[in-house]
Amino acid sequence: MRARYAITLTIGILSCIVVAFVMDETRTVSVLSFSLRYAVPLILAAMVGIICERSGIINIGIEGQMLMSAFAGFFGAAITGNLILGTMLGVGTGMIMGALLATGAVAWKMDQIIAGTIINILATGLTSFFYAQGYVLPAITPTLRIPGLADIPLIGPVLFDNGLFTYAAILTALVLWVLLFKTIWGLRTRAVGEMPGSADTSGVNVQRMRFINVTLAGGLAGLAGAYLSIEAASNFDRGMTAGRGFTALAIMIFGAWNPIGALGAALFFGLANGVASQLQADEVIDIPQQFISMLPYVLTIVLLAIVSGRVKPPAAVGKPYEKE
Amino acid sequence: MPSDGSQTPILEARGITKRFPGVIANQDVSLSISPGQIVGLLGENGAGKSTLVKMIYGLYEPDEGEIYIKGSPVKLSGPRDAISRGIGMVHQHFQLVPVFTVAENIILGDEPHRSVFINMKKATQEVARLSEQFGLEVDVNARVEDLPVGAKQRVEILKALYRHADLLIMDEPTAVLTPQETDELLQVMRGFADNGVAVIFITHKLREVLAVADTIEVLRGGRVVGTTTPSQTDQAGLAKMMVGRSVLLAVDKKEAQPGEVVLDVEGLSVATDLGLPAVRDVNLQVRAGEILGIAGVEGNGQRELVEALTGLRHCTADRMTVAGKNTLGQSPHAIHGMGVGHVPEDREKDGLVGPYSIADNLVLNRFDEPDFSRRGVRNRSAVGALATELVQEYDVRTPSIDTTVESLSGGNKQKVVIARELAAQPELLIASQPTRGVDVGSIEFIHSRIVAARDRGAAVLLVSAELDEVLGLADRLVVMYDGRLVAEMPAAEVDRARIGRLMAGGDH
Repeated sequence: MRARYAITLTIGILSCIVVAFVMDETRTVSVLSFSLRYAVPLILAAMVGIICERSGIINIGIEGQMLMSAFAGFFGAAITGNLILGTMLGVGTGMIMGALLATGAVAWKMDQIIAGTIINILATGLTSFFYAQGYVLPAITPTLRIPGLADIPLIGPVLFDNGLFTYAAILTALVLWVLLFKTIWGLRTRAVGEMPGSADTSGVNVQRMRFINVTLAGGLAGLAGAYLSIEAASNFDRGMTAGRGFTALAIMIFGAWNPIGALGAALFFGLANGVASQLQADEVIDIPQQFISMLPYVLTIVLLAIVSGRVKPPAAVGKPYEKE
Repeated sequence: MPSDGSQTPILEARGITKRFPGVIANQDVSLSISPGQIVGLLGENGAGKSTLVKMIYGLYEPDEGEIYIKGSPVKLSGPRDAISRGIGMVHQHFQLVPVFTVAENIILGDEPHRSVFINMKKATQEVARLSEQFGLEVDVNARVEDLPVGAKQRVEILKALYRHADLLIMDEPTAVLTPQETDELLQVMRGFADNGVAVIFITHKLREVLAVADTIEVLRGGRVVGTTTPSQTDQAGLAKMMVGRSVLLAVDKKEAQPGEVVLDVEGLSVATDLGLPAVRDVNLQVRAGEILGIAGVEGNGQRELVEALTGLRHCTADRMTVAGKNTLGQSPHAIHGMGVGHVPEDREKDGLVGPYSIADNLVLNRFDEPDFSRRGVRNRSAVGALATELVQEYDVRTPSIDTTVESLSGGNKQKVVIARELAAQPELLIASQPTRGVDVGSIEFIHSRIVAARDRGAAVLLVSAELDEVLGLADRLVVMYDGRLVAEMPAAEVDRARIGRLMAGGDH
C-alpha cells in the first residue's frame, strides 16, 4: 500500500519535472541541482538515524554530531591545507561523537534522549567557544563530471556532474539498503532493534552490535557535517547545521526507516525548497525571504503530522537492553 | 519409545540446589533424560520447574550439584552455551522478531551465507526440510506477526531444531494453544522422540502429561516429590502429588437458579481491527444466577464479542442492555459502572498495570468511587484496607499489598484480576479464559469463586478455549464458529463429539 503511494507520488513529481524541463531547460536544471545539493546532508543524516534506530537506539544527537564534525572538518582542512584530510577529520570526529553516544546510551544504559541532548549541548558549546575567524579553505572542492552520462539531457547535468559528497550520499543510501536487507549484518541489526532478547538467545551480541552501529553511524554524521562546512558553505558558522539533524529524523520517519524511502523523502524535501527559492528569486511569489527560510521547518511539521501513526518504528527503539 | 537404559543420557542433573534470597527454589533435584525420551515436568506455579530448566538452559547457575550433558560435566555460561551443546528451549513468551519472516527468524544468528550476503534460498530449503521431517507445518515466507499463536510456536520449535537441538525444553507450550493445536503438538512431540530428540515438557495440565510423557517428575516446593509413569497413575493421583492434598478436578456446583435476563443482546455485529466481520448478527441472553459458556476455537469472534460487550470495541446492535440499561456506545468505564465485571483474556495487557502495586491494581476501575477518593485525592488507607481484605480472601500469595503485580506468578496475577472484578459485586461477570496459564490449585479456587458469584445471583458469561472448563462450569452452552453462535444446549446434555464438530464448523 505504502509502496504504491510512494510510486504514484514519485511518478507525479517526475512528470512535473519533465514538463518543467520542456518549458524551461536552464531553470529546471538549476532548481534540481540546488535541490539535490540541499538534500545531501539530509540524506546522510537520515541514514545515521536509520542505522541507529534500526539497532534500537534513538539518536537525537545527529545535529550535534554534524556540527562538531563541520567544525573539525573545516578547521582541519584550513589548518592542514588539505581538503581530504579535513574531511577525514570530520568523519573521525563524527565517529568519536557516535562512540560517545554509544557509551552513554548503550554501555551505560542512559536515557537515550538525554544522551543525545548532551551531545547537542556539548557540540554547540565547544564549537562556539573555539570558533575563530579568519580561516579559509585551501581550495574549492572538486566536482566530478562522469563522461558520457553527464551528457544525457536533464539527468546528466543534475545527477552526473556533482561534488564527491553528493555521489557519496546517494551511494550510501543504496548501499545501506542492500546491507540492511540482504546481509547478515542487516538481519542482526534489525533483530537487535526489534527484539533484542531474541537476537541475544540466537547468539547475537546485542550490546556490541549496538555500540558498533551507533559509532559507525556517527561517521556518516561526520561526513554530513564535513559536507556542510567544506563543500556547501566553504566556511564554518556557529550553529550552521540549523536543525538539519532533527529534520533528518523526520525524513527517516517519512521514509519509514527504509534507506530508499528516506532517500526519496530527502530529495522531495530538497525539491520543495528548490522550487520555493526559485519562485521567490523570479518574484513569482512575493513574500518575505524569512517565510522561504521557514519552509523546511514547516514542511517537517506537516510531513510528521501526515505520517505519524502510520509507520511503525523498530519495536525496541529507545529501550536499553537488559538481559533476562 | 521409552529409553532402554543402556544409552548415555543426553542430560543428567545430580543433586541440584538453587537458593534465592529467602527461598530455596530447588533442593537436591536429580533428573536424567535419554535420547528420544519425553519427560513431563509437573508442578504448581512456584514449585521450582522454571528455576530448574533455567539452570539446564544456562540462565542460572546451580549453587550445588552437577549438570552432565552427554556424559560430561558442564558449567553453562549462558543460553548460547546451552544452545551450542544441543539444548533448545521453546519459551512461553515467544522469542521471535514479529516483523521478520519465518525463515529469517529461524536462521537469525546462524545464517547460511555467501560472503556477507545471506543465502536466503538455502535458508528456505533447510527450514522446509526440517518442517517436513518433524511435521511442523509453516509458511516459510510468512511474517511471524501475521501467524496465529500455534504457528508461532512451531517457528520457535523449528528454530531450536535448526540449531541441532537434541534436547528440547518446552515451557508450558500448550498454555496458548487451542485443543486441536494441543493435540497436534502432542503428536509432534512423539515425532521428536521417534527422531531421537528428547523433550522436557513443562505443564500443569494433567491430561497432556499423561498422554505424551514417558516419565513424569512431580515438583513441589522445590523438591522432586515423585517420579512416575502414565501407566502407574491417573489425573487424581498426579494432582494430589502436585498440590500435596486431594484436589477437586470437577467443579462442585449446585443446580442453577436462573432469574431475570441480565445481559440482553440482539443483532450484534463487530468488526476486526482490519475491518472484517468478526461477530455476525449475534443474539445472546444471560440470566441472573446462570453461567453461559461460549465454546469455540479461538479466533472465531470471541475476543471481539467480549470487547464489544465491555465497551472496548466499536460495534453495531439492535439492542445491547445490562439489567435493562443500554450499554451500546457507552465507555468501558460507564459499562463497568452499570455492574459489569470483566476478566480479560490477556491479563498482562488488558487486566493489570504491571508496575503498579497490588493495592492500586485492585481499585483500577473503582479509584474514583467516593470510597476510594475525595475531590480527586486518593484515600490510601481505604484502598489499603480493601486490598488487605481481598488479598486474604482471594488467597493472593504475596509478601505485601505494595508488591508490584508484575512480580507475581500467573496464578496470583489472575487472582488479583478476579478479586477486583468480583469485589465490585457485578450483576454481570464476563470472564474470558479465566484460568489460562494458571496452576491446578488456583484453577480450582477461581472456578469456585465464579460459581459463588453465580449463586449470589450474578449472570456469568464465560468464554474459554478449554472445552473442559466450559463443560465443567457452564449451566448452558453455546458454540461460536466464524462469528456466529451455531448451537445452544444445556450443559447437562452435551455430547463432546458433537461439540467438537460444531467448533470445527460442521454439523449444523
